[in-house]
Amino acid sequence: MTIARIDRRAPRSPARPREAATAAPADGLALRRHRRRRSRLTALAFLAPLALYLAAFYVYPLYRNLDLSLRDYTVRSFVAGDAPFSGLDNFRTVLDDPTFGPAMRHTMIFTFVSIAFQYAAGLALAVFFNRHFRLAATLRALFLIPWLLPLIVSASTWSWMLNSESGVLNYALHTVGVAPVDWLNSPHWALTSVIIANVWIGIPFNLVILYSGLQNIPGELYEAASLDGAGAWQQFRRITFPLLRPVSAITLLLGLVYTLKVFDLIWIMTKGGPSDSSSTLATWSYQLGFGSLLPKFGPGAAVGNILILIALVFGLLYIRVQRRQEA
Amino acid sequence: MRNTRRILICAVATVGALTSVAACGGGSDSSASGTGGAGGTYTFWDPYPQFDGSSAWGRLVSKCGTDAGVKVKRTAMDTTDLGNKALLAAQQGNAPDVMLVDNPVVSTLVEAGILNKTSDLGLDTKAIQKNILGAGEIDGASYGVPIGANTLALYYNKKVLTAAGVDPASVKDWNSLTAALKKVKAAGKKGITFSAINTEEGSFQFLPWFWGAGGDLTELDSAKGVAALSLWKGWVDEGLAPKDVLQNTQTTSWQEFATGAYAFGENGTWQLGNADKAGFEYGVLSIPGQSGGAAPVPTGGEFVTVPVQKDSGRYDVTKKIVTCLTSSANLLATDTTLAYVAPTSAVQTEQVKANPELKPWVDAVAAARGRTSGGLGTKYPTISQPMWTAVQSALSGGRSPQAALDTAQKAADKGGS
Repeated sequence: MTIARIDRRAPRSPARPREAATAAPADGLALRRHRRRRSRLTALAFLAPLALYLAAFYVYPLYRNLDLSLRDYTVRSFVAGDAPFSGLDNFRTVLDDPTFGPAMRHTMIFTFVSIAFQYAAGLALAVFFNRHFRLAATLRALFLIPWLLPLIVSASTWSWMLNSESGVLNYALHTVGVAPVDWLNSPHWALTSVIIANVWIGIPFNLVILYSGLQNIPGELYEAASLDGAGAWQQFRRITFPLLRPVSAITLLLGLVYTLKVFDLIWIMTKGGPSDSSSTLATWSYQLGFGSLLPKFGPGAAVGNILILIALVFGLLYIRVQRRQEA
Repeated sequence: MRNTRRILICAVATVGALTSVAACGGGSDSSASGTGGAGGTYTFWDPYPQFDGSSAWGRLVSKCGTDAGVKVKRTAMDTTDLGNKALLAAQQGNAPDVMLVDNPVVSTLVEAGILNKTSDLGLDTKAIQKNILGAGEIDGASYGVPIGANTLALYYNKKVLTAAGVDPASVKDWNSLTAALKKVKAAGKKGITFSAINTEEGSFQFLPWFWGAGGDLTELDSAKGVAALSLWKGWVDEGLAPKDVLQNTQTTSWQEFATGAYAFGENGTWQLGNADKAGFEYGVLSIPGQSGGAAPVPTGGEFVTVPVQKDSGRYDVTKKIVTCLTSSANLLATDTTLAYVAPTSAVQTEQVKANPELKPWVDAVAAARGRTSGGLGTKYPTISQPMWTAVQSALSGGRSPQAALDTAQKAADKGGS
């Protein structure tokens, strides 16, 4: 690119001073301005598709969601489009709702417990597969299955397995003499059950990223360490873990943002029930907006915005961490 | 700095352009579909995705269009989707010409101001049973023509009952039903299955018991409501009903009953076709009231509605399509495919003549109540949701029936105001 531009300019440059000398200086200026405007237009033309895409699929929906949450929408004003501006009323309604506290708590428990187990299991498996034994590649591929299955399939399968009457898990417990557990029907177990399913779904993501991080750690370090007499645990603690820290940070933060908004899994397995014992901000937002015959768009959008805000905080945290790593 | 400002301007301009494009899109769509009776395409939505274009229902819809001189474009979607899509479409100004909606949705759509009164369109609803029509009435005006009605009853497995020594005729009230369930359990079989899921289906299934105790939807926490919830909770706690009723939709509840392990299953008219395929002998009982007699059951089934159009010239053809769909001959065919009970007594007589097994269902429909009837209208959804939540929290063991319904009543009061 740059070479071509230089080539084109080269023959012209000797003519330039003469031009500037004979013609009025304003002419040269106009020519240059014209040229600059043209390149600016070209740049804009290149930018337009992206800007259009961003505006249509990101800016406008976000704006609409914000608008929904700041107006007092009833079904009538939703259709007529004349909902009165109500400021932060919807947010107040949502925050005062007795469902808010539990939903927030469940969201946090769901997110952090899921992440902790996904990361731990993903890291353990990544280290395990890094040993390059026979069949390692095949086994690693098998571990990716949860990632490849459509979520509706895996969530439905989990809810069958955890069924209290005919589920395979209770059957297994029965054969070893343990009393059946109401995985999805008891308020004490419902959240745990959806977390278990979510951990299973999240392990491959952690495994893949951490495994690729492990590939970048030079083997000499381990050789040197073993010459110095470091055991497997010491190698992991002193070499693997510290050198994997940048990758870990990214895995954890991305996982955080993904897990916060998990909706489909919970909805398919428990619909947030029984009686809101597994409802998170995401399922509650859907419940408000679409779950009953009379939609409450305003409060639903408000919950959605709170969720976006939380994700944004973690997103900013991610950017900061990334910057610090680059610096 | 200058760059970012330019990008901003650019973004704002594109947003502006987009919204105006969307507005044009909405406008041109409705005008492109033709005006008046001179041909054109009429849009039609229904909640029967199980029927494709080649099914009897699909062919009937397109035939009614052809007879009216137009082409009907039919779109089938899930019933819960339909209400939301209808609101969105109305907001964009491109609601369908004819729409079949589940009856409790009618009041929501009327509240949104997007349905025409049947009297304004000149549709004849005189032959239709009052209680079925009632589910589509708001403030005394009717907003749709029922295509058919369904309701709930108790299916029972004859073999299981005989083995347990229970005579179905002895089940007359709650006590005798619970006694029968205990006998069945003692004989090593399972008692009853129903759906107590946290959606409208859960409320639909709970209502016969709630109303059977004499409950009033405006007073969820009354002793009568508590009695109904205590009955269900007692069954689950004693193992007469499975714990997974909390997750059961009416379909999964049917699948449980169809395994042949259960004595009773609370389910709807629409399962009759599957019942014949279940491979065991079954019978149908009306759901008993607390102290005997048949409990009032909620009406189910869809209404043919006509959403408001900008171009009122379209209504003439629309009326022809609706009249065609709800004509006696077509109702008979449609309600036979859907396994629904027809909304007019003339067609009901023909249905029973063709299939005597429908008799208890016709009686049940005659005694059924609309969920939004009795002046509830759009208050019903704000009552139904706390009600299904209460059912869930009581059955899962979280709260006592009284405490659960107290909370529900508070939530309903808040939601209704």
